[in-house]
Amino acid sequence: MLNIAGHLFSSRLFLGSGKYGSSQEMYESIIASGTEMVTVALKRIDTDAPADDLLDALKKANVRLWPNTSGVRNAKEAVFAAQLAREALETNWIKLEIHPDPRYLMPDPIETLKATEELAKMGFIVLPYIHADPVLCKRLEDAGTAAVMPLGSPIGSNKGLKTEDFLEIIIEQSKVPVIVDAGIGSPSHAAKAMEMGADAVLVNTAIASSKQSMEMAIAFKHAVTAGRIAYRAGLPGIRHAASATSPLTDFLNG
Amino acid sequence: MSFKNIFGTRSWDDQKKSIYSKTSADVERALASKKRTSEDFKALLSPAAAGYLEQMAKLSHELSIKRFGKTIQLYAPLYLSNECNNICTYCGFSLGNKVKRKTLTDEEILQEAAYLKNQGFNHILLVTGEANHSVHAAYIRQAVDLLRAQFATISIEVQPLETAEYKTLHEAGAHSVLVYQETYHQEVYKQYHPKGKKSNFDYRLETPDRVGQAGIHKIGLGILLGLEDWRVDSLFCALHLEYLQKTYWQTRYSVSFPRMRPAEGIIAPNVIVTDRELVQLLCAYRIFQEDIELSISTRESEHLRNHIIPLGATSMSAGSRTNPGGYTVEPGSLEQFEICDDRSLEDISTLIKKAGYEPVYKDWDNRLSIC
Repeated sequence: MLNIAGHLFSSRLFLGSGKYGSSQEMYESIIASGTEMVTVALKRIDTDAPADDLLDALKKANVRLWPNTSGVRNAKEAVFAAQLAREALETNWIKLEIHPDPRYLMPDPIETLKATEELAKMGFIVLPYIHADPVLCKRLEDAGTAAVMPLGSPIGSNKGLKTEDFLEIIIEQSKVPVIVDAGIGSPSHAAKAMEMGADAVLVNTAIASSKQSMEMAIAFKHAVTAGRIAYRAGLPGIRHAASATSPLTDFLNG
Repeated sequence: MSFKNIFGTRSWDDQKKSIYSKTSADVERALASKKRTSEDFKALLSPAAAGYLEQMAKLSHELSIKRFGKTIQLYAPLYLSNECNNICTYCGFSLGNKVKRKTLTDEEILQEAAYLKNQGFNHILLVTGEANHSVHAAYIRQAVDLLRAQFATISIEVQPLETAEYKTLHEAGAHSVLVYQETYHQEVYKQYHPKGKKSNFDYRLETPDRVGQAGIHKIGLGILLGLEDWRVDSLFCALHLEYLQKTYWQTRYSVSFPRMRPAEGIIAPNVIVTDRELVQLLCAYRIFQEDIELSISTRESEHLRNHIIPLGATSMSAGSRTNPGGYTVEPGSLEQFEICDDRSLEDISTLIKKAGYEPVYKDWDNRLSIC
């Protein structure tokens, strides 16, 4: 089972809650995916309203609510957002997202490291969204991060694992769980990340924007499981050509 | 350095010629392209793209879903004042209109806001004319102070201000500033704005730079459709947008497409922009800039708004009044223009849901703006 900061998860698939056409559609996808943790943007939650559609649907799904700081531009805003989220949702889990660039939503490594340090000291379970930067991952570990969440490609791009070579290094070196966060556009991308040894993946756009989001959620569920089993079984190395004879080393057999 | 430097290198006539010389091949290239340039945008705006409207709509739909999901944000304007010292020949608030003027008091602002909040609005847009003796930066700041705790975002559409004034408003919790150039045709601009501070084309042109320098979260751009050739004006607006994105890279951007509407004492539109052309424009923007917010207001008809949701729009207003006190305090005061779609927020929410989209009432937390 996946262990993040002492909490165990059977499912290695995490979901987002944005972009769905209705809260009902989101609810059905969450249930179908078998996920146990769903991230929700603090900015979308209306704590003043008597009823909040989004929140009600998430509560009904009985998953761990995992607030995120989407929309903030620096560490100061992120730390404040985490505190508001802790108060609103009564959880010290926080998905740290600091992307000051509103076009490609590229995470700011400097502000993210700063916020992680502060939040970890304040007792938060911090899971930061970052670029696939192996050195940053080690710095975040030192800062007390509970996991690292490198991107496969830009958020919402559905382009898959463009950062594959760097993800490999991160997975090899990491002492905390590695959750591949953004850019996973199809079940095969998710399976690939799991085969590589990622501990989990987070998927939103590929499911929420699908014409049949519930069906897509099921596809991802199976892909993540398949990828994980393959990783544990050990994939055979790739052989580029069959080689019946060994002309270069035959002489050693004589 | 401001947008003026870039603006100065492009002549209206050259750009117009360039747009009108685009061919079907250019449109097809723009549609198939992976990264689109302003040349592609020209092709999508051009008459040559008219025959590709369905393809453009499909692409615009797909790109919007990928970026924004199946969601539409909702907002309402709150007009604070119709006092104005400008003559703008297309606007109901124009100085020459000898009609009694109204500026809301603190109490009246709260009363109007309470009505909107009660309707379910969490994003509001404060609007004024330009009357610096009474509706100055301090008045607007006071309005933001009054409303900050109640709304998720407060946007403002007021006269151009100085950078320091925008900074103050930003600190007070103003989230976005909307400032429309109206037209980028400098000579024609002079004719539409013969008197008042607004007649200064350059000062207005450099306003988004001042807003960007002040660190405001979002800048809204646009032109008034009906004043000049919409294709050329939209190109300049898009060039303005491109420049701002590169310069103020932490700022978000939105674009609106207001078409001239009937109002007290105004001139007839110089150019009629048809529904078909408006849809072409909306789709062209989405295809060119996947990540910008595109807004469709109650200026537009029920018919158009019923169908535009999946075409690339990301925000809509509902139940709007365009006069100060229009919701409860003084429903008969002078309005800026007649709205066209007068359906309530509830009606529009139902419309959005029927289209398979989620109406979003809250997408920011104003406490973060002032932390």
